[in-house]
Amino acid sequence: MPLDQSFVGRGWPPTEPYLVGREKIREFARAIGATDAAYHDPEAARAIGYADVVAPPTFPTVLTNISSRQIITDPGLGLDYSRVVHGDQRFKYVRPVIAGDALVCVNTIEEITQRSGHDFLTTRTDITSVDGEAVVTAWSKLVQRGMEQS
Amino acid sequence: MTELPVQTFQVTRADLVRYAGASGDFNPIHWSERTAAKVGLPGVIAHGMFTMALVGRAVTAWAGAPDAVVEYSVRFSRPVPVPDTDEGTEVVVSGVVKEVTDDGLTRLSLTATCNGDKVLSMAQATIRKR
Repeated sequence: MPLDQSFVGRGWPPTEPYLVGREKIREFARAIGATDAAYHDPEAARAIGYADVVAPPTFPTVLTNISSRQIITDPGLGLDYSRVVHGDQRFKYVRPVIAGDALVCVNTIEEITQRSGHDFLTTRTDITSVDGEAVVTAWSKLVQRGMEQS
Repeated sequence: MTELPVQTFQVTRADLVRYAGASGDFNPIHWSERTAAKVGLPGVIAHGMFTMALVGRAVTAWAGAPDAVVEYSVRFSRPVPVPDTDEGTEVVVSGVVKEVTDDGLTRLSLTATCNGDKVLSMAQATIRKR
């Protein structure tokens, strides 16, 4: 069954704050092979104007992997995650994520379309500090592949 | 036209396991041959977000600053199969400068290929040089 169009514009309550740890940033940077000193060394980060180590650009995926469960598990939307593949990804940054940030995610569904038997779901996640300072916005387009015709 | 130096990134199964742990994306298509085959994939594939992260490395390296990126977007057009060998596979990243705006932004058009196939399309980054 196609995804319910009435979910376009739907939002979810803000997530519990995610506390960004210095070691988590280092772990993520190591996993992608990113060696810039500012990802690993607080002194190097301070030298370019940040209070602690800076996260690589795609680090917000750590937060959206958690926050997207709100959408994936919403019984009303009824996404079949075993048929979902990642179509598009976009980030727009106000500033990089920094160790010590306490960040909140607000998820919204921006678009639902159907084409060739597949469903396309665009989600938007506004990531802000607990004080409401905008940090980064992430958009993901998820493709729910149609059932195999047999 | 200014071009980014071509960079080649080796990707092995061990990299995928490490990335799964670091990112929290434990989808078994990125580590289980059995699951990947069941959903019709050629084998275990890299996380799309891992490929995006490698391209991001090329961008920040070229920009010369880890915090230079102000906007970054990709479309995952083909999977990156990662065989269970010591060598794994290779992702080749290149890019060109499309535009330098009056307010100091540089727009890059990016390409990532694996075995000659484009694995990303419409990959773009906007950076602010220090």
